[in-house]
Amino acid sequence: MFWTFLSRSIRFSTIFLYGSTGEIITEKSGHLNLGVPGVMCIGAVGGCLGINAYLKTLGSAADMSAFGVVIIGILCALLAGALAGLLFSFFTVTLRCNQNVTGLTLTTFGAAFMKFMLGDLENSSSVVNLGTASRAFTQSMLPSEPSNWFEQLFLSYGVLVYLAIAIAIAAAIILKRTRTGLNLRAVGENPATADAAGISVGKYRYLSTILGCAIAALGGLFYIMDSLGGALEFTVDAYGWMAVALVIFSIWKPNWAILGSILFGALYIAPNYLLNLSFSEKEIIKLLPYIVTVLVLIITSIFGKRSVQPPAALGTTYFREER
Amino acid sequence: MRSVTGKPSKFDAFVDKLKKESPIHISKRVDMPAWKQWLIRLAAIVVALFICAIITVSEGGDFGGFFVQLGNANFMQLRNFIVLLQETAILLLIALAITPAFKMKFWNIGAEGQVLMGGLMCATCMFYLGGKMSNSALIVVMLIASIAGGAIWAVIPALFKAKWNTNETLFTLMLNYIAMGLISFVLTIWVRSGSGVLGVLRYGQFPRIGNQPYVLNIIIVAIITVLIWIYLRFSKHGYELSVVGESINTAKYIGISVPKVIIRTMLLSGALCGIAGWLLVGGTSYSITTNTAGGRGFTAILISWLGHFEPISMVVFSLIAAFLSKGASQVALTYHLSGSFPEIITSIFFFAIIACEFFNNYKVKFNFAHFKKSKEQGGEATTAVISDSEREDGEKGIEDTAEEHIEQPTSEGAALEGKDLEGEVTE
Repeated sequence: MFWTFLSRSIRFSTIFLYGSTGEIITEKSGHLNLGVPGVMCIGAVGGCLGINAYLKTLGSAADMSAFGVVIIGILCALLAGALAGLLFSFFTVTLRCNQNVTGLTLTTFGAAFMKFMLGDLENSSSVVNLGTASRAFTQSMLPSEPSNWFEQLFLSYGVLVYLAIAIAIAAAIILKRTRTGLNLRAVGENPATADAAGISVGKYRYLSTILGCAIAALGGLFYIMDSLGGALEFTVDAYGWMAVALVIFSIWKPNWAILGSILFGALYIAPNYLLNLSFSEKEIIKLLPYIVTVLVLIITSIFGKRSVQPPAALGTTYFREER
Repeated sequence: MRSVTGKPSKFDAFVDKLKKESPIHISKRVDMPAWKQWLIRLAAIVVALFICAIITVSEGGDFGGFFVQLGNANFMQLRNFIVLLQETAILLLIALAITPAFKMKFWNIGAEGQVLMGGLMCATCMFYLGGKMSNSALIVVMLIASIAGGAIWAVIPALFKAKWNTNETLFTLMLNYIAMGLISFVLTIWVRSGSGVLGVLRYGQFPRIGNQPYVLNIIIVAIITVLIWIYLRFSKHGYELSVVGESINTAKYIGISVPKVIIRTMLLSGALCGIAGWLLVGGTSYSITTNTAGGRGFTAILISWLGHFEPISMVVFSLIAAFLSKGASQVALTYHLSGSFPEIITSIFFFAIIACEFFNNYKVKFNFAHFKKSKEQGGEATTAVISDSEREDGEKGIEDTAEEHIEQPTSEGAALEGKDLEGEVTE
């Protein structure tokens, strides 16, 4: 029972992990992208439409190759997320618009866009197709049901779960150990100094936002294809906001985000595992992730060391000629 | 930036070289008259409507029909028009509520939750006190409870911000979800059937004026708009909060207590959101769901920011947003489009308006010399994606460039003013 709960939590945490890894990469460049919930929705749209188109060209869903479906889903989601990131950075870098306002608009747009584009699929045969395709995503390495806790905990997931953890670890190493990561952090801490040192602020902000959004978009794809098994549900944006909160929880470190997202995942699915609860008690338990986030916010601000502070230039637009 | 002796320095030569090389030069603009700004915004709205009409056509609608439906939905009958005004009033009230906080650079994105808490308190009074006192007394009690609900929900993050500088953006965001959770919780207690849907509450409904609902809401918001305009413009409090927004250090030096201003402003902000909740529950739906605020808290942020925190501009923007959203629902109904169509239309409208602010704040200059040179070299010119209005702007810019190659330095004060317009996050 406990191992099942833990492995379900890890699986569910993936949606938060993609969102927060993407947002950390973006925020390290000084961009506060409140559009992440919208980007995750857009990623889900891209992935689902891509898979749907692929299955349609095949004729029958039975002919699909698992590898092809996964690759096409991931690529389409990445592309859709990258386009959303491009839109956001065009507004905030080139047009120098306010990041909060642009991000909120992107979130509204993304959530509506998802209902608009995928709403048509809901009542057609495509849903059946997506259900079939989702098996390619949930397929684990194990030939049968996990038999012991080790298999349950480490080997029972679909490909997107491992990809999320791999991306988070890679992002942590790149941010901390490479010159690119150093430059990126410099842009986020003090763009004027970075600019003077010959680092192109615009280029770094564009690329980190596009990359971050592409990664976040995979979260939307994961939610539909893995977590829901191909069913369509339009609540991705609520998880997106949790991913944004998780960035603070993990103090801008992707490796901490892995642990943080597992905790959030556990809190989220806990009501389903606590039996004998009335409706009212379940509603109260559902509040826990938000309350925990608030507590973490407060605690990190009270005991705020320099190392746990946000990038100094977070949320500001950079204009070279500004004094 | 000429050197003191008047001779061009090495630095100037470097700047000249940079300017020759870069095809587009962007600089701050501070001299844009208000009517020109509104003209640019109007152009942006037209562009947005045009895009929306094209989307409608691509989804099987009719180009002209889109505009006809927009108008019909809002002006066909008196009732439609009153609903439009009501929707505008609620949006405007929430935008007004956020404005003092935003002016202080306190990024309160928790208006949604504050409205919901106001509404929840109001519904609680209607549920438990309904029938036990006269209707007018009940409405007053509801008002007081709503104000308290909204204000408490807003002052919690303000206290932490004032004491420990806790990030208010995410704090208020989380409080939104906690408010929604509390409403779901209360509904599980109130609704025995477990459906979670509360029917219309009989007691505490606002009186109708001229046999039309919502008229009282509209009048109340109109009065509040004037009061807030006076508060922000002429009161000492209004002055203090804008100083805190501009520079916390300045505020400290001239003896303003920053924590006090933050807490006081957020109390006001939350109280106004509470009133919005009161109007939504007591004067509009007579019931409550987790969706009572319906994303208005977020739309209001955009309205407040785009209106440059000026109540008068905010009236215009909330009217347009309400008009589009109502009209687009009608379009969606007529052409059987998805129910989320209004949100798409509204967000396209906001994208257009946000983008057009760039042309209000910055001057774009094109360097023709660059294009000619690169053509000779084999067309390595970079083609920038330029929207119509940008091109318009660019032409003006080119005339300037012909007269004088070097950008006139903007004065310190002017630059600051431009920064104020842009509403950036500092600190």
